[in-house]
Amino acid sequence: STQFYKWLNHLMSLHVQTKPSNCSPDWETKVLEYFKEKLKDNEAASWVPSLNDVPVHYLKANSLVKFRCFIQDMFDPEFYMGVYETVDPSSKSKVLRSGKYKDVAECGHQVDLNTKNAVTLERQTFYCVPIPGESPWVKEISFSYSCSNPARVVPSTSYAPCRHKRSYEEDEDMETQPHKQKEQLGTTDIHGSGDPKRLETEAPSSLSNAASGCSSPLDLNFPLPGEKGPACLVKVYEEWELFKVNDILEVYGILSVDPVLSVISEDKDSSLVDPMDCTESVEEQRVHCPPASLVPRLHMLYAHRLQHNNPLLPPAASEGQSSSGFLNDVVSVRGELLGYLTHVLLGDALAAEYLILHLISTVYARRDVLPLGKFTLNLSGCPHNSTYTEQLYRVIQQLIPSSFRLGMSLHNMNNLRLVPRKDYTANRLLSGVLQLAPNTSLFLDETQLEQGQLDSTGVRNITALGNLISWQKVDYDFNYHQMEFPCNINVLIASEGKSLLPCDCHVRLQPQLAPPNLEQYISTIQVSLSPSLLNKFRIYLSLLRTLDYSISEEVTKAVEDDFVEMRKDDPQSISAEDLHRLLVVARLLSLSVGHTTLSRDRWMRAKHLETLRTNRTEQQKCVNGNEP
Amino acid sequence: MSSPSATPTKDDILCAAWSEDALTPPSRRRRTDDASTSDLQPMPTSPVTDMRSPAVQDTSLFSSPAPFSHLSDTIDMSSPLTYGTPSSRVEGTPRSGLRGTPVRQRPDLGSVRKARQVDLHSDHANGPEAPASEHSVGQKLVIWGTDVNVGTCKEKFQRFLQRFIDPSSTDDENAGLDLNEPLYMQKLEEINVVGDPVLNVNCEHLQSFDADLYRQLIAYPQEVIPTFDMAVNELFFERFPDSVIEHQIQVRPYNALKTRNMRNLNPEDIDQLITISGMVIRTSQLIPEMQEAFFRCQVCAFSTRVEVDRGRIAEPAVCRNCNTTHSMALIHNRSIFSDKQMIKLQESPEDMPAGQTPHTTVVYAHNDLVDKVQPGDRVNITGIYRAVPIRLNPRQSNVKSVYKTHIDAIHFRKTHEKRLHGLDEEAEEKLFTEERVRTLRELAAKPDVYERLSSALAPSIYEHEDIKKGILLQLFGGTRKDFSQTGRGGFRAEINILLCGDPGTSKSQLLQYVYNLVPRGQYTSGKGSSAVGLTAYVMKDPETRQLVLQTGALVLSDNGICCIDEFDKMSDSTRSVLHEVMEQQTLSIAKAGIICQLNARTSVLAAANPVESQWNPKKTTIENIQLPHTLLSRFDLIFLMLDPQDEAYDRRLAHHLVSLYYQSEEQLEEEFLDMAMLKDYVAYARSYIEPRLSEEASQALIKAYVDMRKIGSGRGMVSAYPRQLESLIRLAEAHAKVRFSDKVETIDVEEAKRLHREALKQSATDPRTGFVDISILTTGMSATARKRKEELAQALKRLIQSKGKVPTMKYQQLFDDLRAQSDVAITKDMFEEALQALTDEDYLTVTGKTVRLL
Repeated sequence: STQFYKWLNHLMSLHVQTKPSNCSPDWETKVLEYFKEKLKDNEAASWVPSLNDVPVHYLKANSLVKFRCFIQDMFDPEFYMGVYETVDPSSKSKVLRSGKYKDVAECGHQVDLNTKNAVTLERQTFYCVPIPGESPWVKEISFSYSCSNPARVVPSTSYAPCRHKRSYEEDEDMETQPHKQKEQLGTTDIHGSGDPKRLETEAPSSLSNAASGCSSPLDLNFPLPGEKGPACLVKVYEEWELFKVNDILEVYGILSVDPVLSVISEDKDSSLVDPMDCTESVEEQRVHCPPASLVPRLHMLYAHRLQHNNPLLPPAASEGQSSSGFLNDVVSVRGELLGYLTHVLLGDALAAEYLILHLISTVYARRDVLPLGKFTLNLSGCPHNSTYTEQLYRVIQQLIPSSFRLGMSLHNMNNLRLVPRKDYTANRLLSGVLQLAPNTSLFLDETQLEQGQLDSTGVRNITALGNLISWQKVDYDFNYHQMEFPCNINVLIASEGKSLLPCDCHVRLQPQLAPPNLEQYISTIQVSLSPSLLNKFRIYLSLLRTLDYSISEEVTKAVEDDFVEMRKDDPQSISAEDLHRLLVVARLLSLSVGHTTLSRDRWMRAKHLETLRTNRTEQQKCVNGNEP
Repeated sequence: MSSPSATPTKDDILCAAWSEDALTPPSRRRRTDDASTSDLQPMPTSPVTDMRSPAVQDTSLFSSPAPFSHLSDTIDMSSPLTYGTPSSRVEGTPRSGLRGTPVRQRPDLGSVRKARQVDLHSDHANGPEAPASEHSVGQKLVIWGTDVNVGTCKEKFQRFLQRFIDPSSTDDENAGLDLNEPLYMQKLEEINVVGDPVLNVNCEHLQSFDADLYRQLIAYPQEVIPTFDMAVNELFFERFPDSVIEHQIQVRPYNALKTRNMRNLNPEDIDQLITISGMVIRTSQLIPEMQEAFFRCQVCAFSTRVEVDRGRIAEPAVCRNCNTTHSMALIHNRSIFSDKQMIKLQESPEDMPAGQTPHTTVVYAHNDLVDKVQPGDRVNITGIYRAVPIRLNPRQSNVKSVYKTHIDAIHFRKTHEKRLHGLDEEAEEKLFTEERVRTLRELAAKPDVYERLSSALAPSIYEHEDIKKGILLQLFGGTRKDFSQTGRGGFRAEINILLCGDPGTSKSQLLQYVYNLVPRGQYTSGKGSSAVGLTAYVMKDPETRQLVLQTGALVLSDNGICCIDEFDKMSDSTRSVLHEVMEQQTLSIAKAGIICQLNARTSVLAAANPVESQWNPKKTTIENIQLPHTLLSRFDLIFLMLDPQDEAYDRRLAHHLVSLYYQSEEQLEEEFLDMAMLKDYVAYARSYIEPRLSEEASQALIKAYVDMRKIGSGRGMVSAYPRQLESLIRLAEAHAKVRFSDKVETIDVEEAKRLHREALKQSATDPRTGFVDISILTTGMSATARKRKEELAQALKRLIQSKGKVPTMKYQQLFDDLRAQSDVAITKDMFEEALQALTDEDYLTVTGKTVRLL
């Protein structure tokens, strides 16, 4: 396998240096075909070192690497020398070269640009960052996969994948090691835990951008504050129209870290700057040509869009051999998970039931403007001024591949940039917290909200959250106009009373237990969970999202009858909106036990659940008159 | 002029060959590549580069080894390159005629013109006369690398100018011209009169007149446009020999059909003439670009001019007069500069595919095009697409394998200009393919097109057929009429609709749908928007410190639909703004010294919730939503979206909802097509169909109106006002548009009547009597209620009179007495209303708890 990797690398270098004149035109496509075929094999793919796991400076330049990433922005297409001719100054011999998969034309020779053989081609650049909000366990597991492979190639001799010996020159910014991530686990959700030091050093990435001068360190434009990992400029050579902003991809490509690329930005200050060269402002230069050591270039050979980033599942959900086996014990896993979440929710089984439904919900289709399948849950009755919401988020983070906890404090609402905004000076999309990959969980902590004034940013942020919940879309701010980006984000709102944001379903938490020390209580539950069971939970939650679902004619009829019946007794009892919700609950309930069609029993069960839930809210209304 | 054979022939220099056989032009040249080679060479700043001094280079421009002097008056003079060198500039006045008029450089055409650096001091006078000699050999000459023959090209273009007629032109550029006379000759006359030496040429005209010339223009703009310039100047000065204009006429082609969309630009477009549309997002400061450097010898004061060559000035190393080396110094204020400006253009939002970010392109504007556009403008730019390699390091030969691209602008055209001037045309001419038009027409011919379209509208929302039909008509709108001659001003063509009803009856969803459907829709919520957000506000631009007028939702949705959710939650001051917009269709602003009136020809689609959480069927519309009747009467249609509470409806609703949850992807796909079709249908009808009332329809309308008035008059109330008639006309026109009909016919009126009646039935029914009463909407109170109020006041008066001469009485006592006397229940509100009425009559006053007679 080492051989294989070396061979692959060799192949690629051959490919890169080929003289196109010598081979048939379809040679290139053939190589790419062969290469894709090889990578389909899961094992072969795991030999390729990943930018997510290995710091850039340990990787060999011009070698094959992979990168699991999120398309944050798309730059303008660029024209490059597809084929060019070089002239050897001594022998005057001319050689045709390919400019594909390269940033810099071959040095040492005089490049002859006048030749008729030269071909100009077009390629597209994507600005990619690691998947925002990716849970530490995902990083850990995918890292351990690549480590556990006994035949794993160490691409550079100086780098051993040992987690504890970090070389002293290791760049903080390039830090990707899960080990380190683990240490930071406590501080990832900076706005919740309120570690003031962290807040100062990391949060500003979203606040002070173009305004800050050149002296500030490069802002890598991660959607979430406090994120780490390499950002990458991915050069795409074909079919770039197929990719969209906010897609998550696994990219296989050739790494390019030519230091020459960084020279540009340094030379800008020298007197040799071409006075006519005013197309790009300094800010734009910094963004579009950042130093290659910080933002490596990746020339894409092949990429596939990921439906999820759960390393425990095969990448494409359609390959469901393993899943069919798993479906057999879905019911038992569900039971275990329900028990676990009930404990976490202080003994409230109904809330736990709804939490499971929420966690497996996903927008599976849209009818004109209406997103179908979203299930925003508002968990009210969370104790104010306690770390409970934080603990709860910690538990969810353990289960879900990517998530983010947004403390809705006044300060955050008034200062955070939630909606991505186009910065025309630097010509890029400044990311915002709501620029998230599909199926990311957003945990809104409303218990942090206190009385006070929302300024205009705050109002806009709240509106954006409302739009996200109601329509599953975010209107990106392009200054002169807005652009609507559909999204698929699971929103969970933890609040004291009913949330001020709209939601699909409101569950009042009714704790059965009152443990004296919440923190300790939760951590005991977490510790007692066996890792294998935890992994089963993870597979369960990711897998069920991908299942198809249908309703038979017969059940449709029954549901209709039921609805008419209910309305007959009391027209106020159920509205069209309630039926919408009931249908979503029924769908999720069926899926949660692995059924892909709706049965009468499930329908009755869904109705029962809804009755329990509404009764609880009614009760609460009586107890606490001022709650609407 | 010293060594004629020194440097090798440069590819980028135009040459002429004696016969076509001798020189077959390569089909595609890479001029940019050429330019880069020399870019990469070190700047000639030291005496080492002596050989590269301009004078030397000049002579090597011609492939023919023949001595320069012999060539100059034949070939060179026929080439467009000779025309317009700065040296031909005649300094000082008076000037007229071709030779006398100075030439303005065209940096927009790039470096090629600078390539010829023939010293024409001696023979420039012959220059313009060259065509004479050229005709004899003309057929054989082509510009190197192209198939352009200067003579033929010139001739063809002159023929085009002299003969082109476009009787069907609707172009606003041709306003005021006689369409049956040669168009461009009239424009030349205009130039003679106005003195603005720019001739804009519509490429579409050229294409229809001479497709081959058009092809050449697109493919070799750098060579062809100077030829056009030359042709037009000859023609102009032939006709107007005594004309004095600032500089020679420049031809600015526009509307090249090659590329429309920024996203479609590809390497094949390099060096071609393209037209793209987009939005200006940033403009740079003015950059002075040196066109010609002036050097003076510090020893002997000999002076010389050096033209810029691909962005470089070759400093003369030796003084030609006294042979001193390094004695030439640049004199800045005698050098010639041209203006240049960098403009960033971004793809218009409509062109962007979903889920992608917009592309941007750099555009350079030159000379008088500088500062023609501002950030935020939507423009169509015609220019030459360029690509220049990026050097990694000026000292190395390394080349980054990427090109920088930009467009040298030749012509700007603002797409919003018409909007600002308030012309009655759709601002954006949406282009439809013939095939699309045919499908649309086929659809329009179907008898049930109206039903089809209304059911295609928001299919996920169940039933509410009439509401959908109303919204459909709103999308089309009426015909815009102009009565400004008679002093009435514009006549509103937009249809306004208000939806009110119980919360959770998918009102917002309808609004969202409409907002997504129309190209210029705005969506705001009454809760979140202030008067300022709706209208316009003045902002200080952080960069320029200038005051800028920022427009709000209503202005932005000019010619579109402004969807306002939670209309009832809007503050009074905000609502008051709507009064002007909804009837006059304008918006007056007086803020921070800016006083203006903006067009806001927007349809308003609003949704309001009842004040009580549930709609109270016992109350009137006004009472339910608590909106001022002045505003309500400006809505053409007011619909109630209520829960019908009937079994059959429930069943259908349930079926509809359940089916939402298991429909397959393909079915969803189908619907999406419908939405695109609907969009095109609406856009087409809006821009091309302008129905007029037929005689029958007018009669039908009159009858309908009279009938409406009659209904009420029987019971002593007015059930229709002229506003309702106007609404009917608008609705009928919109319905005719749906049918793609140029005439409003009786069926249109019938449907308008039906829809109007339906809406009235829902919203203007007096809950007390069950009759439709328009005064609920126009005065806020039904006629019966008003009558009742009066009666009560009279009863109260009688009661007080019956008590005899008591100057004061107790409030509560009076109330109780009145209640005891009356046989209907009297609420405190009613009692107070009655008291108020009597107070207004000056019959009594109420102070605290006592009522005092006057």
